[in-house]
Amino acid sequence: MKQLLTVLLSVMLVMAAMSARAQLTIEISEGADNPTSIAVVPFAWQGSGAPPEDLAAVIDGDLARSGLFAPIARTDMLGRPSTEAEVFYRDWRAINAEYLVLGRVSAPEDGLLRIDYELYDVLRQSKSLTGYESGPTSDARMLAHRVADAIYEKITGIPGAFATKLLYITATRVPGGKDYSRLTMSDSDGARPIVLLETHEPLLTPTWAPNGKEIAYVSFETGRPAIYRQELATGRRQQLTNFQGLNGAPAWSPDGRSMAMVLSKDGNPDIYLMDLATKQLTQLTKHYAIDTEPTWMPDGQSILFTSDRGGKPQIYSYDLRTGKTERITYEGTYNARARVSQDGRSVVMVHQQEGRFHIAVLDLVTKRMQILTSTELDESPSIAPNGSMVLYATKSADRGILAAVAVDGEAKFRLPAREGDVREPAWSPYLSR
Amino acid sequence: MKHLPLASKAIALLFSAALLVACSGSDTKEQDEAAAAAAAAAAAKSAQGAATSAEMARLEEAAMAVGNVFYFEFDSSNLTPEAINAVNAHIAVLQRNNENVRLEGHTDERGTREYNMALGERRANSVRDYMVANGISSFRIETISYGEESPVAYGTGEANWAQNRRVELKPQ
Repeated sequence: MKQLLTVLLSVMLVMAAMSARAQLTIEISEGADNPTSIAVVPFAWQGSGAPPEDLAAVIDGDLARSGLFAPIARTDMLGRPSTEAEVFYRDWRAINAEYLVLGRVSAPEDGLLRIDYELYDVLRQSKSLTGYESGPTSDARMLAHRVADAIYEKITGIPGAFATKLLYITATRVPGGKDYSRLTMSDSDGARPIVLLETHEPLLTPTWAPNGKEIAYVSFETGRPAIYRQELATGRRQQLTNFQGLNGAPAWSPDGRSMAMVLSKDGNPDIYLMDLATKQLTQLTKHYAIDTEPTWMPDGQSILFTSDRGGKPQIYSYDLRTGKTERITYEGTYNARARVSQDGRSVVMVHQQEGRFHIAVLDLVTKRMQILTSTELDESPSIAPNGSMVLYATKSADRGILAAVAVDGEAKFRLPAREGDVREPAWSPYLSR
Repeated sequence: MKHLPLASKAIALLFSAALLVACSGSDTKEQDEAAAAAAAAAAAKSAQGAATSAEMARLEEAAMAVGNVFYFEFDSSNLTPEAINAVNAHIAVLQRNNENVRLEGHTDERGTREYNMALGERRANSVRDYMVANGISSFRIETISYGEESPVAYGTGEANWAQNRRVELKPQ
């Protein structure tokens, strides 16, 4: 097939089109049992002119969403220190703060921003972390997310995943007009949404390249399904497939060189592997049943996929070295669309129980399956790169929204949009600076 | 013969009749019967033309009456008896014309999106295979799946879901 490099076709590629209406808001529905109390004091502005947005509030929001932290309200703070010399530990002990974060924001040169911050352990009365982040003013929120990542890692021992991005699809019905679908990218807190693609035809299965610089998805914009890859920085895109039948479920290999996908060109849906350099296809599964939704184990040696070869959809694994297929799930009559944590231990999936669809996690070591959600039509789970949270799509009051749950099931939050149905979240890998 | 005067035509006819009479009796009889049959067939054919268009209109009306949407059970691509009746009505029309059709497979919102994409295709294929088994050429049938992406009923609950588990037949 010819390489089709197209920037604009019958669809609009709206780079940097901020849409307030598509903005997701955060509602924390449930926290962990014993969250760590932390006071993030508003950062002192040391530049000239108007200060940037409230970056301490961005950090508050990140820590609260994780469910592991309970940020202290500013109105409860007895002081507003911005340097170590101004810290009186008793003021923070008095309001039961276990940790304290101070920071100063400056503009070392035009268009650049720098955050200097410290984390204090109030109980031990000691400074436990000193750091800074700098970058373009336009990326101020991302700098704040990186500070939150560092604080999260220092206290929990797990790297933070706040300085990451989300992809999701919104479908908007236009009564009496043409419905449209949008592929949007936002920060991990739903802020700064950018519409990457808009079309009147279905869009589905947005997925990240392992380097976080490219994405792939399925679009029906030509009237038939096709898989596309798209560079985030340039918006440049390429149609990868145009076969008769299904062209779906793209999944980038961990080394970035190939893409697993579903094609039904030979009669029924099977898993194929495309070498992205040569476009050569290798057929992995060959079965008259439905084989779909491939996803990679982090070591790149095997692929998990959904198949109804046993009569009902279940998760199977395909070993790329031996070509052997093995059934993974046995509990329940419907287990589908697996995603694996970066440590290769937890598999999240859609699991049906008593007619309701939930997100469940299977521990591959203990073989224990745990249902994480209690709503009815939960789907499309996506794990944060640090394995802490699972983002998924659900329905609330007949509208599609995104929600998240901690992998241990304790903390939950929702990201409703103001309009349209939101679906198919895809959490980015860690992003290089 | 066209330019011969009428009298010459009559003579020619008489001459051929004389020739026929000169031949053996049995042959004559068979040929007479064959000619009569051919004449009857020709007459029937012209009558049938009118009958066919009436018949076709009736079949098309019947196909319209059953509708162009065939419904399915959850996670199933088996044709229900109702669906078979409806598809049969369309097959009756397609056997008498040479139009192409497109079969669009759909699912309800339950279950995962890519699995539903495959299930929608399986439903469209199951209608196609039934049509092909009943004499419709496969090259006249195009199939596509929209999975759960194009519902007709937007709410939740079985009443809505049942309307969305469908294959739509559209003229090409």
